[in-house]
Amino acid sequence: MQQLLQQIINGISVGSIYALIAVGYTMVYGVLQLINFAHGDVFMVGAIVSFYAASRRIAPTMPWWLHVAIIAALALGFVVQLLIGRDWRTALRRVLPFIILYLVIVPGLLIVSAISHSSRLGSSSWAMAGFALLVALLACGTLGFTIERLAYRPLRNKPRINSLITAIGISLLLEFGGQNPAVFGPTPQAYPEVIPRVTEPLVNFHVHVGRLLNVVVVLTKVDVLVIGTTLFLMIVLTWIVLKTRTGLALRAVSYRFDTSALMGIDIDRVVSVTFVLGSCLAAVAGVLYAVKYPKVEPLMGLLPGIKAFVAAVFGGIGNIAGAVVGALILGLVEALVVGFLNNGSQYRDAVAFVILIVILLVKPSGLLGKHVVEKV
Amino acid sequence: MRWIFTGLLAASIAFFSGCNKSDSGSANSNQILIGHVASLTGDTATFGVSADEGIRLALDEINAAGGVLGKPVKVLTEDDRSLSDEAKTAANKLITKDHVCAILGEIASSRSIAIAPVCEDAKIPMLSPGSTNPKVTKGYQYVFRNCFIDPFQGSAMANFAMKNLGFKKFAILYPANSDYGVGLRDVFRDAVTKAGGQILVEVAYTEKSDVDFHSQLTKIKETNPDAIFDSGYYTEAGLIAKQARELGITCPILGGDGWDSDQTVKIGGQAIEGCYFSNHYSPDEDSPQVKKFVADYQKKFNGKIPDAMAILAYDSMRIMTDAIKRAGSTDGTKIRDALAATKDFPGASGVTTIDSEHNAKKSVVILKIEHGKFNYAGTVKPE
Repeated sequence: MQQLLQQIINGISVGSIYALIAVGYTMVYGVLQLINFAHGDVFMVGAIVSFYAASRRIAPTMPWWLHVAIIAALALGFVVQLLIGRDWRTALRRVLPFIILYLVIVPGLLIVSAISHSSRLGSSSWAMAGFALLVALLACGTLGFTIERLAYRPLRNKPRINSLITAIGISLLLEFGGQNPAVFGPTPQAYPEVIPRVTEPLVNFHVHVGRLLNVVVVLTKVDVLVIGTTLFLMIVLTWIVLKTRTGLALRAVSYRFDTSALMGIDIDRVVSVTFVLGSCLAAVAGVLYAVKYPKVEPLMGLLPGIKAFVAAVFGGIGNIAGAVVGALILGLVEALVVGFLNNGSQYRDAVAFVILIVILLVKPSGLLGKHVVEKV
Repeated sequence: MRWIFTGLLAASIAFFSGCNKSDSGSANSNQILIGHVASLTGDTATFGVSADEGIRLALDEINAAGGVLGKPVKVLTEDDRSLSDEAKTAANKLITKDHVCAILGEIASSRSIAIAPVCEDAKIPMLSPGSTNPKVTKGYQYVFRNCFIDPFQGSAMANFAMKNLGFKKFAILYPANSDYGVGLRDVFRDAVTKAGGQILVEVAYTEKSDVDFHSQLTKIKETNPDAIFDSGYYTEAGLIAKQARELGITCPILGGDGWDSDQTVKIGGQAIEGCYFSNHYSPDEDSPQVKKFVADYQKKFNGKIPDAMAILAYDSMRIMTDAIKRAGSTDGTKIRDALAATKDFPGASGVTTIDSEHNAKKSVVILKIEHGKFNYAGTVKPE
């Protein structure tokens, strides 16, 4: 009994992290019907950027060749726009967000680096953890925005398979780009302990129900942090989706893409917001994951990404609550299989996927997914 | 336009084939080429990096003393990114393209097992500095190792834990997808049962992909063991220790030589204090050879303390060149015969004799992790 309760806590803790990633998958799918395979790698970037921030290794300036490359890319983008027949105003407007981004990043990097080297932050403190999280949020938000803008938007009206292949391409680019020693390298690094004594037990629950039950269950700080953060962010997200104008637009776009454009909704903006929101959630997940399992490397997003995707499908892709439920169930199944089957770690993924197949056979749209009637 | 592209293509082909020629042309000229397959990057990168540094140190000494057979020695290191398939490709490349006369490596048993048939087929002698799984050399004519094997390492740890530390009941946590981990688990289990101890539970995890061990450890916690034996590598050891402490498991964790890396302490931190693992040597050992090696190594590599893989690779390089010297030729079969006849070689990690099963008989050193350092805790000599 004690083991069962403990395994349930372990499962919910892992499931919460899956949930944060799964929500990003499901939001993008809801709006664009696109499976953003690069999402797991945005999660990885969040973990690695926060690793650099927390270990005070953010350089104040970019190397000169990166400046040259960015400026060349901006110029190239502008020229291409002109070549395909746009007048210079439109062309400039297309490139403008990136010029602004570049102009913000250059001093931004300087500031972030200066803060990271300040001694007032402490090396193992809540301030440092908050700072690392903030840097990860900024980096992932920017990355999500850029990916959508450069890789997905030009293909939005093309067959969906094109975007899907592009997504896989972006994913591989991030994974193997990260393995380049100039960026991070393939060797796993130990993540610094940003939050003091985070893995110590916070409470030992004495679950006591008459003579039936008398057990001790451990809840660590990091578990509480992970579960609490996920809970909080889900409430915030629900509020955004249900109570704000942006959320209204988001729901409208996911309901009818073309019609909502006719209603005066700026679809490009809604899609960008979706990507930035999803990427920020992935950033939080990345930092929490690295705090919980203090080892970071460029391929760390692969498995959690796939599992979160499965969780999103499991719960009914396109449905935010479904993604959370799916992720929690997946986490629980994994923990219980390992805990109660002999040699469970080898069957864990197999069992999880068999359950997925069974659910999809019974309810093809997923646990909470809506059944959509195809109109002819 | 098309002409320009064609021209560029032709030029680049000419350039690259030119490179190839100049590379292989140097192979059989006036130097002796030895290949080293190493995990310079990837999961177990410290193994490959340490081994390569040990080899470079030996290489400097050998070439300073005039090389071998009157020729300078050159070591070509190929990175396998800690992957078995890549290790095989690397060995193939070293043998067929670079025409090396001998191969050093790998450290990880799974990867040595992948390379062994390649060397055997090509009749190129292979000497693994630190692969401890018996399967590495079993049944091969051309494959050797410069270290003890798991049956000895596992029983040494079991006996040390039971006699010196007084433990009776153990739980085992092992990587089910690693030859090294599964082999070491079997040996440890047998040694404990033979000595009257008890294995309470055996739980598996998946090496290289698992980062969450809470479920496995929760299962172990139920059985309340005196100690946990983790037969995996350093990549997981730190995380396992951390998560064990999270769940309130306070007993020490024991491990094998796969723990030998500074990453164990970096990732494990406070959680891994007071744990023990078996190893090939300790830098604190009171022997003039070890002291000289440590001093030379620190001088060459900016004060870095050499781990066991470094000293084993250093010795392996010297044993290999010694064999080439005695063979008097770079012919694979002759080197093989000389290697097999290695007797009482004065290595830094101990006097080395290669036995009939191509293993080296060496002592096991038990190390204890204290204040982030590996402290010497005891030695178990071979029978």
